Amino acid sequence: MNTKRLTVFPKRFFMENNNEIYDVAIIGSGPAGLTAGIYTSRADLKTLLLGGLKWGGQLMLTTEVENFPGFPDGIMGPDLMMNMRKQAEKYGTQIKDVNFSQADFSQKPFKLTAEGGENFYSKSVIIATGADTKWLQIKGEQEHIGRGVSSCAPCDAAFYREKKVIVVGGGDSAMEEANVLSKFATEITVVYRGESLRASEIMQKRAKENPKIKFIYNTELTEIMGDGKVTGVKLLNTKTNEASEMPIDGVFVAIGHIPNSSVFPDIDRDEKGFIKRFENSKTNIEGVFVAGDVHDYHYMQAVTAAGYGCEAALSAEKWLEEQK
Amino acid sequence: MAANITDETFQTEVLESDKVTLVDFWAEWCQPCKILGPIVEEFGEEYKDKVKVVKMDVDANSNTPGKFNILSIPTLIFFKNGQPERTMVGVQSKEQLKKAADELLS
Repeated sequence: MNTKRLTVFPKRFFMENNNEIYDVAIIGSGPAGLTAGIYTSRADLKTLLLGGLKWGGQLMLTTEVENFPGFPDGIMGPDLMMNMRKQAEKYGTQIKDVNFSQADFSQKPFKLTAEGGENFYSKSVIIATGADTKWLQIKGEQEHIGRGVSSCAPCDAAFYREKKVIVVGGGDSAMEEANVLSKFATEITVVYRGESLRASEIMQKRAKENPKIKFIYNTELTEIMGDGKVTGVKLLNTKTNEASEMPIDGVFVAIGHIPNSSVFPDIDRDEKGFIKRFENSKTNIEGVFVAGDVHDYHYMQAVTAAGYGCEAALSAEKWLEEQK
Repeated sequence: MAANITDETFQTEVLESDKVTLVDFWAEWCQPCKILGPIVEEFGEEYKDKVKVVKMDVDANSNTPGKFNILSIPTLIFFKNGQPERTMVGVQSKEQLKKAADELLS
């Protein structure tokens, strides 16, 4: 018996392109994408992963992760991602650190194009592009990113030694940012538009017990002021309609994330941009699957993203099997 | 390899450089800096005849980052004739660096 695996390419395709055809192409290199890669490559599917220039996803911008099972003493976010990457590569996932640019889902195999123009071809695709920082979209914000406005306390906290900063937001990531900043800054003010925080109990407790962290509720930032670097902010109390100003050295934005889905115009999304995920991790296009924060607006955890990545990988595997 | 510069050598290495000079401001604890580092090295190798590439550890040197209002890293600044001509914050692709350099060189 001939045990060689033969794949028949359409002649036209083979003549036009020297490219190989992958079974699965994963777009994204956070917990969802890398977990999918571990599963598909272990299933002996030829797997490509377009990781992006800034590979690793949101955990690359964190410090200690305490809620990922299997690490009772916690693990640093970037170390966890490095481990996942090694694990995927060990089983054969080919990771390219290039930014994805566009997909053509109208042709088979699907065609993916990276920034710079390189093309890749794959029979199935798993979209795991995650989500990015949601900015405040107020006057003075964009021009001060890197000059006092930041979304990454673990990256930038050390510049705020002996300084005063604001953290905007009321969720877990805002509490984490405030705690990280308290190692350097003298005073951290958490500004939240809601009546009470929505962070988990343990994160709230930690922040509230920290003597350097203060809280202001029912308040929004309306403008970031500065000249070359941030010098202050304008605030508005939404309950009393009272406007005020506060001199400040830094503004850390942690109000949530927006899904990275706009690069997929052919894929159905909801009104907030989250990709619509149907049964078995499917999207509206046959052969295109989705995993992680790009569709999940509810849980948004590293472990749930990894779980979704596993589901999408198993579904893609089954789907490829059915196509034979 | 891009040479390390300090607050003390910044004047002679960068401001008085007769070439367009790219400074990579980084620190050991900065994860994105570790991603950008090799990209900057590759760029430096490719443009070694046209652009001088150096790096500065912001933990060991605070005067220069303070002077240029650097509050996030990685930050890259292209200097030409002693003037900061182009500042880029965050991870960049080699193509973006080449584009910025080409604009300054033309």
